[in-house]
Amino acid sequence: MPFGNTHNNFKLNYKVEEEFPDLSKHNNHMAKALTKEIYGKLRDKQTPSGYTLDDVIQTGVDNPGHPFIMTVGCVAGDEESYEVFKDLLDPVISDRHGGYKATDKHKTDLNFENLKGGDDLDPNYVLSSRVRTGRSIKGFTLPPHNSRGERRIIEKLSIEALTSLDGEFKGKYYPLKAMTDAEQEQLIADHFLFDKPVSPLLTCAGMARDWPDARGIWHNDNKTFLVWVNEEDHLRVISMQKGGDMREVFRRFCTGLQRIEEIFKKHNHGFMWNEHLGYILTCPSNLGTGLRGGVHVKLPKLSTHAKFEEILTRLRLQKRGTGGVDTASVGGVFDISNADRLGSSEVYQVQLVVDGVKLMVEMEKKLEKGEAIDSMIPAQK
Amino acid sequence: MASSFSRILSSKRNIGILSLVGGSATVGFLLHRDHVSAGSPVRRRYPASAEYPDLRKHNNCMASSLTPAIYAKLCDKATPNGFTLDQAIQTGVDNPGHPFIKTVGLVAGDEESYEVFADLLDPVIKERHNGYDPRNMRHPTDLDASKIQSGQFDERYVLSSRVRTGRSIRGLSLPPACTRAERREVERVVVDALAGLKGDLTGKYYSLTQMTEKEQQQLIDDHFLFDKPVSPLLTCAGMARDWPDARGIWHNNEKTFLIWINEEDHTRVISMEKGGNMKRVFERFCRGLKEVEHLIQEKGWEFMWNERLGYILTCPSNLGTGLRAGVHVKLPLLSKDARFSKILDNLRLQKRGTGGVDTAAVGGVFDISNLDRLGQSEVQLVQTVVDGVNYLIECEKRLERGQDIKVPPPLKQFK
Repeated sequence: MPFGNTHNNFKLNYKVEEEFPDLSKHNNHMAKALTKEIYGKLRDKQTPSGYTLDDVIQTGVDNPGHPFIMTVGCVAGDEESYEVFKDLLDPVISDRHGGYKATDKHKTDLNFENLKGGDDLDPNYVLSSRVRTGRSIKGFTLPPHNSRGERRIIEKLSIEALTSLDGEFKGKYYPLKAMTDAEQEQLIADHFLFDKPVSPLLTCAGMARDWPDARGIWHNDNKTFLVWVNEEDHLRVISMQKGGDMREVFRRFCTGLQRIEEIFKKHNHGFMWNEHLGYILTCPSNLGTGLRGGVHVKLPKLSTHAKFEEILTRLRLQKRGTGGVDTASVGGVFDISNADRLGSSEVYQVQLVVDGVKLMVEMEKKLEKGEAIDSMIPAQK
Repeated sequence: MASSFSRILSSKRNIGILSLVGGSATVGFLLHRDHVSAGSPVRRRYPASAEYPDLRKHNNCMASSLTPAIYAKLCDKATPNGFTLDQAIQTGVDNPGHPFIKTVGLVAGDEESYEVFADLLDPVIKERHNGYDPRNMRHPTDLDASKIQSGQFDERYVLSSRVRTGRSIRGLSLPPACTRAERREVERVVVDALAGLKGDLTGKYYSLTQMTEKEQQQLIDDHFLFDKPVSPLLTCAGMARDWPDARGIWHNNEKTFLIWINEEDHTRVISMEKGGNMKRVFERFCRGLKEVEHLIQEKGWEFMWNERLGYILTCPSNLGTGLRAGVHVKLPLLSKDARFSKILDNLRLQKRGTGGVDTAAVGGVFDISNLDRLGQSEVQLVQTVVDGVNYLIECEKRLERGQDIKVPPPLKQFK
């Protein structure tokens, strides 16, 4: 909840044991890391905007998790959350991001020219290519915490920045609350429209408050570059197109992001970034690059091969169904994307996708011919 | 009738008396709370006009009453516990409502919300409770079940009878705002008291976090188990936080008196049985409530209550008596008569399906209960249900005999 958490002072009348959540049935990163000692140390703190430890962990308390899928279980309410609550968030980040240490530095590289290849993924197998990330606007609190006034200003600044784009980025903004029926139909048909979050992971963190106030979608006329405003992050930026030219998708992604960032900086509102955590986003799982670069690729034979999971792990890739996270694959078509976000750069992560998908398509072709692929299985990246 | 003892205690300046009779730890806590500066002004970065919610597509009582001027006046305020206007209205902002069904659209986070945010809550209460004006009216409380007349229904028509209400523990925040420690304290205080009930009220508590599979199945079979709220009206108000911590169900061995702990209110109290003996159901209801009140008072606690608003609950729609007294009754002929709705209206009754609110009737069986909650006493409302249901049964019998029925004149409110 926004502003001045006076209620937090009131809680201090109770002892730590009385307030500490019951996490005995929980399986998420927050529950693993949060001890009574850490709770006791952090519970009287707040960020300058009034965000507290209980705000950070509420989503993880309300959603015990799944025995197989480890959710994060905590969110940031502002940039300072990652400092003020570092005693909890550092171990969570380390656990989630492969042992990333509090002293590690994150490299940012949005020079698309550093990417090798990526323009020749076989379109008979690779049906579409997409890169997404998020950006937070410095000086404002994040979706779990922001007030209506703040969210509206974020929207206003975003519209100003986006509508000033030209060339391949010329486009239009569609606010959720003022969309016509025809516009809505078209956005649904294009698979662009995002809906009010229903996942309790998000709603328990307060991200759906005041829906649909100050939420909207912007996309360019070519329908290859899309920005979501005020959904789970201030901005979610997506570059995509049919076919296997990941290089072009990544070029447009980097170019568009840099143009947008320039405009925000001119108005003294750069993006939240630091050299330890990279780009700051609401969920600790999206720190670093916040980048998910992926393809929809036909791998009917490889996906049933005994070593499929191991190949993915070694390539540092993950699979999802074609509906996105937590969906099933249809017709042997998988969404394959990078698993990592923090500790390696954008170029590096997209390179892993490009190289990894190229290799898997070759494996698929071999399996089609009835040949073995054992000699092709890669070493751990 | 709430005891005169609790009336003496209901004003804060009499905490001195409480210290003589109640537990010192409790009193110490109550006194200490006054010194917590949780009520300091809300930090704001933008003017009220930038924060005012967009309510143009909304149809709820909060949206009808919240003008920009009222918002500007109240948005800087917080109750002593730190509950703010934005928190109170969040559920109404997030749930625009329905063209036909007007929801309330705001909740109280504590007893003081009804004072600190009175400029908004008073008009909402007035709209929801048929013009009841908390500024210059008094709500009567009467839990003397012996006054009920003709409280035994014809059991060829009435299948079951039920009375429910809620009670809040004074000094602890309500479900939208309570901390985990407060919620656990509500559970402890109430469970302690319930353990002291005797005779036909002897029973057992089932904590949601600790119930066995077998206990859970039994509670489901008895239709006693309540689930985590899924309605966005409740979840957007923060009432499902930390589920299922400190939630549970208590019922007596005879399964006729049931209490929900920490669902939408601190407690929901239900008395019920098969058949048509509404008088006995109400008698047990009143006796049980008074016993529980007596038991918590022994430990220095009391229920939230005042003369203007009666019993204080989370939702303004449940103020006053918080009472819904109803029956499941077979009215296959009457329910098809075009005058059915008007008859119910004039009798100050409402119909629901047999699954409760927002469900459909099955086999001509309806849930019929009182419409009103505030401005009339428990006895008056139950008598209204008794008289009304008897009238409905008479109509059904007349229709069975091929005779005509009459629409009764409308009942006067605020007797």
